[in-house]
Amino acid sequence: MIQGPPRGANSAPSQRPLADTRAPDEGDGVDTSPDVSDSIAKTTCYMCACRCGIDVHIKDGKVRYINGNKDHPINRGVICGKGSSGIMQHYSPARLKKPLLRTGPRGSGEFREIEWEEAFSIATERLSAIRRTDPKKLAFFTGRDQSQSLTGWWASQFGTPNFAAHGGFCSVNMAAGGLYTIGGSFWEFGEPDWDNTKYFMLFGVAEDHDSNPIKIGLGKLKARGAKVVSINPCRTGYNAIADDWIGIRPGTDGLFVFALIHELLKAGRVDLDYLLRYTNAHVLVIQEPGAADDGLFVRDGAGNPLAWDRVAKTPADATDADAKPALTGNFTVDGRRCVPVFQLIADRYLHESHAPDAVAERCGIPADTIRRIAAELAHVAFEQTIELPVAWTDWAGRRHETIKGRPVAMHAMRGISAHSNGFHTCRAIHLLQVLLGTVDVPGGFRFKPPYPRSAPPGPKPAGKHVKPMTPLEGMPLGFVCGPDDLLVDEAGTPVRIDKAYSWDAPLAAHGLMHTVIRNAWAGDPYPIDTLLMYMSNMAWNSSMNTVETIAMLTDADEAGNYKIPFIIYSDAYYSETVPFADLVLPDTTYLERHDCISLLDRPISHADGPGDAIRHPVVEPDRDVRPFQSVLIELGARLGLPGFVDEDGAARYRDYADYIVNHERTPGIGPLAGWRGKDGASIGKGEPNPNQLQRYIDNGGFWHHDFSADQRYYKMANRSYLDFAEQMGFIPKTEPIVFQLYSEPMQRFRLAARGHGRVLPPEAECDRIETYMDPLPFWYAPFEEAAVDLQKYPLHALTQRPMHMYHSWGSQNAWLRQITSQNRLFVYHRTASSLGLVDDDWVWVESINGRVKGQIKLVDGVNPDTVWTWNAIGKRRGSWGLKDDAAESNRGFLLNHIIGDQTSADANGKRYSNSDPVTGQAAWFDLRVRIVKCAAEEAGFTEPQFERFRQPPHFEPSPDILRFGAEFRMKREAAE
Amino acid sequence: MHPAFSVVFFTTATGAGYGLLALLGVLAGIGAIPADFWLGLISMGLALGLIAAGLLSSTGHLGRPERAWRAFSQWRSSWLSREGVASVATFVPAGLFGMGWVLLGRTDGWVAVTGLLAAVGAVVTVSTTGMIYASLKPIAQWHSRFTLPAYLIFSAMTGSVLLNALLQGFAVGSKAMVAFSLLLTLVGWGWKLATWRYNGRLEIPTTANTATGLAGGTVRSLEWPHTEENYLLKEMGFRIARKHAAKLRQIIQLLAFALPVLLLVTAFVLPWPFAPVLSALAAVVQFVGMLVERWLFFAEAKHTVTLYYGR
Amino acid sequence: MTCLPTHTDKRLGLVIDLDTCVGCQACVTACKEWNTGGHMAPLTDIDPYGGNVDGVWFNRVHSYEHTTEMGGRTVNFPRSCLHCETPACVTVCPTGASYKRASDGIVLIDEDKCIGCKLCSWACPYGAREFDTDVGVMKKCTLCVDRIYNDNLAEEDRVPACVAACPTSARHFGDLGDPLSAVSQLVAERGGVDLMPEMGYHPTNKYLPPRAHTTHAASVTASALEPVRAEGGFLGWVDRMLSN
Repeated sequence: MIQGPPRGANSAPSQRPLADTRAPDEGDGVDTSPDVSDSIAKTTCYMCACRCGIDVHIKDGKVRYINGNKDHPINRGVICGKGSSGIMQHYSPARLKKPLLRTGPRGSGEFREIEWEEAFSIATERLSAIRRTDPKKLAFFTGRDQSQSLTGWWASQFGTPNFAAHGGFCSVNMAAGGLYTIGGSFWEFGEPDWDNTKYFMLFGVAEDHDSNPIKIGLGKLKARGAKVVSINPCRTGYNAIADDWIGIRPGTDGLFVFALIHELLKAGRVDLDYLLRYTNAHVLVIQEPGAADDGLFVRDGAGNPLAWDRVAKTPADATDADAKPALTGNFTVDGRRCVPVFQLIADRYLHESHAPDAVAERCGIPADTIRRIAAELAHVAFEQTIELPVAWTDWAGRRHETIKGRPVAMHAMRGISAHSNGFHTCRAIHLLQVLLGTVDVPGGFRFKPPYPRSAPPGPKPAGKHVKPMTPLEGMPLGFVCGPDDLLVDEAGTPVRIDKAYSWDAPLAAHGLMHTVIRNAWAGDPYPIDTLLMYMSNMAWNSSMNTVETIAMLTDADEAGNYKIPFIIYSDAYYSETVPFADLVLPDTTYLERHDCISLLDRPISHADGPGDAIRHPVVEPDRDVRPFQSVLIELGARLGLPGFVDEDGAARYRDYADYIVNHERTPGIGPLAGWRGKDGASIGKGEPNPNQLQRYIDNGGFWHHDFSADQRYYKMANRSYLDFAEQMGFIPKTEPIVFQLYSEPMQRFRLAARGHGRVLPPEAECDRIETYMDPLPFWYAPFEEAAVDLQKYPLHALTQRPMHMYHSWGSQNAWLRQITSQNRLFVYHRTASSLGLVDDDWVWVESINGRVKGQIKLVDGVNPDTVWTWNAIGKRRGSWGLKDDAAESNRGFLLNHIIGDQTSADANGKRYSNSDPVTGQAAWFDLRVRIVKCAAEEAGFTEPQFERFRQPPHFEPSPDILRFGAEFRMKREAAE
Repeated sequence: MHPAFSVVFFTTATGAGYGLLALLGVLAGIGAIPADFWLGLISMGLALGLIAAGLLSSTGHLGRPERAWRAFSQWRSSWLSREGVASVATFVPAGLFGMGWVLLGRTDGWVAVTGLLAAVGAVVTVSTTGMIYASLKPIAQWHSRFTLPAYLIFSAMTGSVLLNALLQGFAVGSKAMVAFSLLLTLVGWGWKLATWRYNGRLEIPTTANTATGLAGGTVRSLEWPHTEENYLLKEMGFRIARKHAAKLRQIIQLLAFALPVLLLVTAFVLPWPFAPVLSALAAVVQFVGMLVERWLFFAEAKHTVTLYYGR
Repeated sequence: MTCLPTHTDKRLGLVIDLDTCVGCQACVTACKEWNTGGHMAPLTDIDPYGGNVDGVWFNRVHSYEHTTEMGGRTVNFPRSCLHCETPACVTVCPTGASYKRASDGIVLIDEDKCIGCKLCSWACPYGAREFDTDVGVMKKCTLCVDRIYNDNLAEEDRVPACVAACPTSARHFGDLGDPLSAVSQLVAERGGVDLMPEMGYHPTNKYLPPRAHTTHAASVTASALEPVRAEGGFLGWVDRMLSN
């Protein structure tokens, strides 16, 4: 029998080994105890963004098998379809083998192999010239990067503000919407209280991030019989197991949420006590139309926001725990008319335009269903309250004998994010959670440390002053609190190539990677010299408007010089983007490298405690490739970037592993929080520990700290937690985090649009800023929907990655691609029959941006006005080691071809990036289409088609047969 | 089911071969056929040749034909094993019978006994072949009371038409033999029509509901577990269009039954040398027709695994 | 020996919860990964990077739309060998390659005896067997017979790879012949069903039906929301609440 309690997620009595695991005496000669591995290396998966702990079983120097690490806080022993296919990613025939220098025209795939020394000298020469003259002529953008604290710092030390990862086209609306509201976000930075929630609402596609934790959580809900409600146009994946599936019309979730809020307010089913304690609901907002401070908070001399004490009938410090603030009413303070935030909320959402009947048709949800869900939310939140028998003390020193919770939890991700109204919709969902009093309470949505942080968190984006040979004054990405923080010049022109933190996208917390190629090509706002990219397939599925994007990458001026003069790209595989690079830096696979999953970046924390992790090489590369982060560090040293060299100019870090251990961002704080200090005795802060990596390896590749029971909830106001967070450096001060239902930073932009303040928008931008920088969440039609003729383009079109491929670059993976190598367009039955379409027909999917051809599959479980497909299955011939007859390039299609990267021209003729006007989040899901049956002779193959890429030198043809694993068996049987 | 040529030819050829062998064994044994050297050599050669060619062809369906000998071991449970045992066992009396006839020039006495034993072996072997298909529950079109008789009837039918052609060719034919083969062809035709009629009305209790355990309502396949065809679909997911099948049924009726009947009737009426030519033609046409019949026997058989794929 | 044992000491098998399966394919690739180096290694993939890719897998996940009078739902459906009590795939085998273990009821193939006649795959109504054209033999789920008793694995890891991997806990393993086992009790509690019971093969594996749109669905009985009845409407209610 197993000693001790069972470990891991799948440890129910019905999932354990047999009571007696001795092999029975069957006498059939079966070897029931074959040798499995010579060694087990515990590291971190990189098949997607989830970062699970994995046990890599090595046999004869090869990877035999990978399973989940039972102790790991993220996956607790389970592993997903991608993680289990890691072997095929690691041994992919599409792996690059050596640095490449372009010899043919861009995009042809003609390269010659060069040595690393030559690659370094080419890059160093080019970049050092840029740094000496105008550092912003280097644009450095990374894709599925999990080392942004390094890459961002590198950009900052280089002196270019033109840095971001792919968050801008991923889900920045989720990040910004949450961080500006509650100081934390859904994404993977928070999680429902899976063990206590009784009612779980899931909005939109959410299979992308936090994948195993959510799946483990859904399993827990199902085991407990908690109710799962999904709001999603498509009934796939997680939505398939919902008890209640609401097939909403894309882009209308905000309306739906406001209708729920309307119902709850009307019925008085909101948690007033929670609002008073943890939010700015009681803060007074100045109501003086036309004034420079209209809509800002009433503040005292020290700058503290004020509330109205309804007992004392005087203004009071809004943070005064003893005050009795009013939530409603009209007041006058210092001669200024003002109202509490909550009054504004009530005024707005109690309006009949937010009633279920008013929104039902637009959302495609019956009003009765909306009313029912509102009633269920109220019932669970207020009648099924839970109480954990744990005493805790809040920030003001008030002791609470129990931890009270309202067991309603919500989660949202890309489905909400990828609309041009996603920021406000995300805020709306947080508003709903807060009104119900369910944020960071038992049964509610919980923060994962280092969150919550102040809303928004502290650091502002750096890059206002770009000077040759000079680092930026901070990190390129941060959070603006008003127009003064924008990165624009006197004329309002963006400082950054992607126009982040400009009037186009003021709260662009993750940058706008999706605009870089167009802007660099157009020289708007200025031309650049070198585009350095890492791990992002910008010439294919990571760009909107693929056909034009490819043309921009290869476009040359009259003299024959490329409009984007130089492209350096690092990737481990021969993706569709590699052939467009001038210099290719081949990366390793995830099993051949060091990495750190850092609290400075995107940690692996759990709501019950912080954690971080490493990757370490578990097999040696068999090719002349180097991990990108080590290459970047060496490049930094060769360029002499401050921080990357010692006083004498020598390289400070040997490689990434050395950096992980010895780099200190601020004294005592480095990439890893565990086992700090010379003896490894401290956490969070402490001197570098030379044995730190070994301590991580010994612990299974990760570090995790468990909170005491009293620290686990109400983190925004929990004294014990706040003290810990301050010690760890998560927050600067042990002040409570106040949820910003009304966002004052946004109002500051509005005031600028009205002509108040030092930094003002250009005239043409004023209306847009006035409209979209609303300090309270509101709903507007997604831009494309508002711009196109809906009679002509009656359908919404969505994409999502299949769960077994999300973030995994699956098409080169011999196992994953067998599951899906052709994507169908899923069409609602009756919609199809009204168009005369039947199963398996080939259709043109047409938008205002172009058309693409694919094959349809009829379904019931979809919003009738929506079609959708699996994303990034369609591949370009010659890429990813796929053969020319592969379904991916013949029958699979890429919807990106018809998603515009720009909005239609506005009244001034300006075209914005196809993005959320607040954050710059790419609006992938705004797409409107029509579908038309294609002619008989057009059926059977996808279009548009692209020229086949040549293969890099010494690329061997992919094998015709794969017998992976035969060698292990042969060796076993030979040994017998 | 995928109509693999190796199996289509195997069952058709051995069916005809065993049919011929059985008739030779019985008729020669009772002296209804003269113990002529050339007749013996050619007819026994044809019977055993068809059987051997069929069996050889069947090994083409095997992944590891070199291990085929192992197939004799599980006769207690497996119809395929029984078929293997029976087919090989039948070679013993059949070989002795052939040797007696051809080498000793006699078909009486112990040779007659071996002939009768060979006939019994042939019937048993064809029965085991039929049972291989009839015992497969997942394929409703095969798992019916029509399958075993069909194999026996078609074996006797093709065997008799062949024998008639041989006897006619050696000028030892008889109106009775023509009539016998004609009668068997009509029986075969009738049995095939009855089988089709039965299959057309078949109400299969296994549905997508029972296959998935999802009770009530409709169960529609949304996505397969793989994009391209896998072994299951290649082997068991074969589909034939209704129109195509209807056309093939007409071809079968024409080649396997109608034309042979017409030719045999004519042969019955017309004297030498027309009768042998028509009889031979009937045998050849019928054999081709039976190949098509066997092809369609597979093509129209629907395996329950296809329910998982919405087929 | 392809005659079936009259009795098996245990009836080991899987229980698959269709109410919880999200169709993530974790069990599918975890199975592939373990088994391609395991007892039946390799699980060959033909044309792995081309247009006719076809590999051997022991476990596949389908998806269906099930529509009843009570509503529609999407059902993800893992399909693998059910280790039947009376499996025809065993009895039809002419060579003794296919057999059912008397000890634990696992249906296995002795590869060395398999001639690749494919008849067992015809006899299996569930499509549980897949032919390896490269090796020329039939392959199938072993219920991870090389894991569940494996002395070289930590004891806690001695469960089938699919069960260990499943992120939603939708897969269970145990002795379904023992009515007191945790899996048997789960089946009883959740109304687990046999696939194609009419075939009479008596599958060991059981499937737990989805609960949405049935009387077993998780539900919240909430009375309809009524507008607050305070003077001054909602704002009046807020005032009254605060002054309490």
